[in-house]
Amino acid sequence: MTTTPEPRNSSDPVVRVRNLHKSYGAFEAVAGISFDIRPGETFALLGPNGAGKSTVIEILEGYRDRTSGEVSVLGTDPQHGGLDWKARLGIVLQSTGESGNVTVAEQLAHFASLYPNPRDVTEVIAAVGLEEKAKTRISRLSGGQRRRVDVALGIIGRPELLFLDEPTTGFDPEARHQFWDLVRSLKSEGTTILLTTHYLDEAAQLGDRAGVITGGRLIDIGAIDEIGGAEARVPLVRWRDAAGQSHEIRTDQPGRVVAELVAASVGASGKGAGEPAELEVIRPSLEDVYLGLVRDDRAETTAAASAADSSTSDDSTEVLA
Amino acid sequence: MTTLDTTTGTGSIRSARHGVLRLGLARVYYEARMYFRTPDSVFFTFLFPFIMLAIFTAAFGSAGNIGTAPDGSGGVSVGAYYLPGMLAAGMLLSGVQNLAVDIAGEKSDGTLKRLGGTPLSPLSYFIGKIGMVLVTGAIQAALLILVARFVLDIALPTEPSTWLTFAWVFLFGVIACAFLGIALSALPRSGKSATAVVIPIVLILQFISGVYLQFYVLPEWMQNVASLFPLKWMAQGMRSVFLPDSFASLEQNGSWDLPLVALNLGIWLVVGLVLSRVTFRWIRKDS
Repeated sequence: MTTTPEPRNSSDPVVRVRNLHKSYGAFEAVAGISFDIRPGETFALLGPNGAGKSTVIEILEGYRDRTSGEVSVLGTDPQHGGLDWKARLGIVLQSTGESGNVTVAEQLAHFASLYPNPRDVTEVIAAVGLEEKAKTRISRLSGGQRRRVDVALGIIGRPELLFLDEPTTGFDPEARHQFWDLVRSLKSEGTTILLTTHYLDEAAQLGDRAGVITGGRLIDIGAIDEIGGAEARVPLVRWRDAAGQSHEIRTDQPGRVVAELVAASVGASGKGAGEPAELEVIRPSLEDVYLGLVRDDRAETTAAASAADSSTSDDSTEVLA
Repeated sequence: MTTLDTTTGTGSIRSARHGVLRLGLARVYYEARMYFRTPDSVFFTFLFPFIMLAIFTAAFGSAGNIGTAPDGSGGVSVGAYYLPGMLAAGMLLSGVQNLAVDIAGEKSDGTLKRLGGTPLSPLSYFIGKIGMVLVTGAIQAALLILVARFVLDIALPTEPSTWLTFAWVFLFGVIACAFLGIALSALPRSGKSATAVVIPIVLILQFISGVYLQFYVLPEWMQNVASLFPLKWMAQGMRSVFLPDSFASLEQNGSWDLPLVALNLGIWLVVGLVLSRVTFRWIRKDS
């Protein structure tokens, strides 16, 4: 049943997913996804709610069994992952609601005792910024502070692969920046990280590569600064002309466009002449690119669905919200 | 549960087994601390037998002794009569009620899911729970006996062999109850419904098994039903320890039947072990 894993090379992918499917009855939550995560890489899995991100992550963590496809995590099939395999993982689940009649330090010390080579409890508490709350019971912490405990519990075992499922939900901006620093230091130690988040700036800050999932399919995958293709990243020049009309031009040469605008208005007289009003040069952020990808995909799927509807006049086709 | 070691040789399997026990003992300490920090478990599990003993003593104490012979000799005080039943109830509550509610809660609040993602063996988790029940149950029993001796002025047995009987009835009974609690925790669909599912079962058992009502006054069919469950045998075993031998004639067969007590507790221990082993999951996969 359990196959002896081949010795892993340092260049072998830490996570390898091929044609992964997961169905719940007639509903296909994951419909054929393939990707690799390389050693030391931070991979961001992005997508709207209900797209199948958490299902994919929970299959990789060993919490759910797949319907079909191949999955290897640290050289092991998660469905047969033993305790030694779990010792190499760190898992930060989506929000948890434990009763928490235990202090932060006690909980971390206990979880540290479960791992063969844990990090220092005091250092981890400091790394998540909870020094002053170390002796406070978890039940008396705020939501964001509890989330930091979740993160601390995820890294206490010195994992080779860390799963972060929406880790910064409920964090204030300062805590998020502190968390980003923590992730960068984990990364510099060589930890491989799989991150899901709804904060696209977070994915852009931390991720090396990203995959975008909608409707159980991977619609794009690539380096953070290349995903969506070059076209989606063409800068936008926006200004308002003398008549109050607003204009937008997509161009690879925004500087030249601006220079031409200025040149064209130099001859004009009056107040503010030679200066285009409300001038902006906008480079699409990861968020813009992501929203474009999801919007295009939704339009395609809807078009395909309505085409199917008209040909069969069958209303049972899934309705896309 | 054996751990499948797929990455290294036998040395690591040996160390994993050692780790199972070491982590289990660490869990006992952790769980026992959590128990005493949870007001629900302290009140409804730990203190409950004390409260019931106080109520029975206060309510029926003036009615005179129980089991007095026609010539006015023999008989024991109400407190002395109820002490064995309260000890048995404490074992049942510490095991079945406490663990069933506790684990059902841990299942629904995400505690088990988190533990399932760590290298903690389910066996260590079981050791932790059972150890916690043994520790808290033993403290509870010791305090009950101290209260009986020094507050209610009840005479305690002096024969070492009687205390040996107490030891095995307690140990078998508590461990069987702990397994049954783990098994029963699979029944409630959520942590919120756990008390609603578990408390009626535990309460009915206490009424028909000779904890609240004197067992010998119950109709025979009810005694027979109670004999199918472990609480009746725990209470009978405890009565054999704390009541004078003259009370043996009030039992169903006119004697303490200690071999039958051992047999029934043994069967329930095995049944509980199998049920908890078969039903326990860190999470409900694919629900």
